[in-house]
Amino acid sequence: MAKKEYAFYPGCSSQLKASASNYLVSTNSMCNALDVKLTEIPDWNCCGASVGYCEGGELPRIAINARNFAQAETHLPGQDIVATCAACWLGARESKERLDGSAQLMKETNEALAAAGLHYSGGANVRHMVEVLIEDFGYDGLKQPMKKSLEGIKFAGYVGCQTNRPFGIVGESFENPLYLDKMVETFGGEALTSYDQKVTCCGGALAFSEPEKSQKQIRDIVESAYDAGAEMIVTPCPLCQANVEVYQSEINKKQGTKFNMPVLYYSQLMTVAYGGSAKDAGLNGQLIRAEKLEKIAGK
Amino acid sequence: MTTANQSAIERYRNNFLKEVEANVEEGHMVKMCMQCGVCAGSCPLGNAWEHSPQKIFMMIRAGKRDEVLGSDSMFMCTSCYNCIVRCPRQLPITHIMHGLANYAHRLNLAPKGQPTRDFATLFWNNAIKKGRVNELTLTLRHYFRGGLVSGIKEALGMQSIGLGLFLAKRLNPMEIFGGHGVKDLKGFHAIIAKAKEIEDRKKGFTA
Repeated sequence: MAKKEYAFYPGCSSQLKASASNYLVSTNSMCNALDVKLTEIPDWNCCGASVGYCEGGELPRIAINARNFAQAETHLPGQDIVATCAACWLGARESKERLDGSAQLMKETNEALAAAGLHYSGGANVRHMVEVLIEDFGYDGLKQPMKKSLEGIKFAGYVGCQTNRPFGIVGESFENPLYLDKMVETFGGEALTSYDQKVTCCGGALAFSEPEKSQKQIRDIVESAYDAGAEMIVTPCPLCQANVEVYQSEINKKQGTKFNMPVLYYSQLMTVAYGGSAKDAGLNGQLIRAEKLEKIAGK
Repeated sequence: MTTANQSAIERYRNNFLKEVEANVEEGHMVKMCMQCGVCAGSCPLGNAWEHSPQKIFMMIRAGKRDEVLGSDSMFMCTSCYNCIVRCPRQLPITHIMHGLANYAHRLNLAPKGQPTRDFATLFWNNAIKKGRVNELTLTLRHYFRGGLVSGIKEALGMQSIGLGLFLAKRLNPMEIFGGHGVKDLKGFHAIIAKAKEIEDRKKGFTA
């Protein structure tokens, strides 16, 4: 039996051939090394994301999240729900807190769920994968399966918004959370604590609707990583990863910069440290190749 | 036929604060604002807002209904939650901005063609169509929102990124034929329909 089991909520972007499919690949490899069993919530649906607010409204957004809770409660009783996507985690946890705090909302939500023959009774904890790693394993525990050091690579730990605010990781500050740096150091990498855009917003969904405004954010995030001497950015959020990696070429085109900064997930670093191949770590999913990490993976 | 907007004006007369408290997500917290301005200074898109959240809260109390609900300000919210964690009075500012935008959108007072209003609507409709987001059709519909010619231009501009994502197996052209979705789509849609029915009744969107 696996050491730990969780009800897994991968989210839309982590599906096969979606924008964060390499996040899922590396998460699976990382969890194998840690002897964690992730069981997908049966027939899970989209969390509605933050940007769903405009058309979605309050109750429909909460109701679709409650559908996932009801499925987890019924089919994976007693297991914590674990999300890898920052927006999934936030959407789900926010919904759960609203439901926990209001009997009226709970009643209305269950009225909606009943339309599909479902019921949510208020169980099921909602957690982010990073919380699981830090709280259930701890830095020392995470180090145990380590086979290779990430020595010689300088990382800018870009935490971003939604894994940090409004919930964040217990014991960390909103303005300068240190867990990502500590994770980098745990695996032998150099964490650049002088990186000053650690919690800056990448623009989120406005990368689509307001490209100029969000590309200004992204430029700051990447530029500051260069200023701090970084060779790679590491992040826990799939939208941060996509926005900060994908738009570098656009910014180069429009503003004459020469950005070429790889943007990785913590799970990719960990997979490599646990002895996984570049493929296990989903490194073939980078638009900007992380050559130094590929080299360690190939050793 | 009275529209939802007309009945709201009728019902709340000159008390816009009361209307917001009753109908906007977390609207009951608006009166807690003490006008310190930390939210305005903390917003990553602060410069892009015609009215900062601080200003919007005061405008609500001053009864500036048309100016607030017709503003594109709330659509500048990136949902970064910086204002929420910094607010000394713990107002859920992000949620109130979302709630105001939703209310203005549903009453059809939000600015027409506002890009984030349109994208946000597109996103939700895309996500609930099959229960999971179809990134390909979401992107294409967004690019082609202004018609064929501008769509082709915009899509061509992003061509190299699209190709890169495809080669990295992070974009699937086959999603045009459907893509991922939930199995119990009927149940999923029934839940949303019921939730919407309850919310619309409560907030007066169904006159």
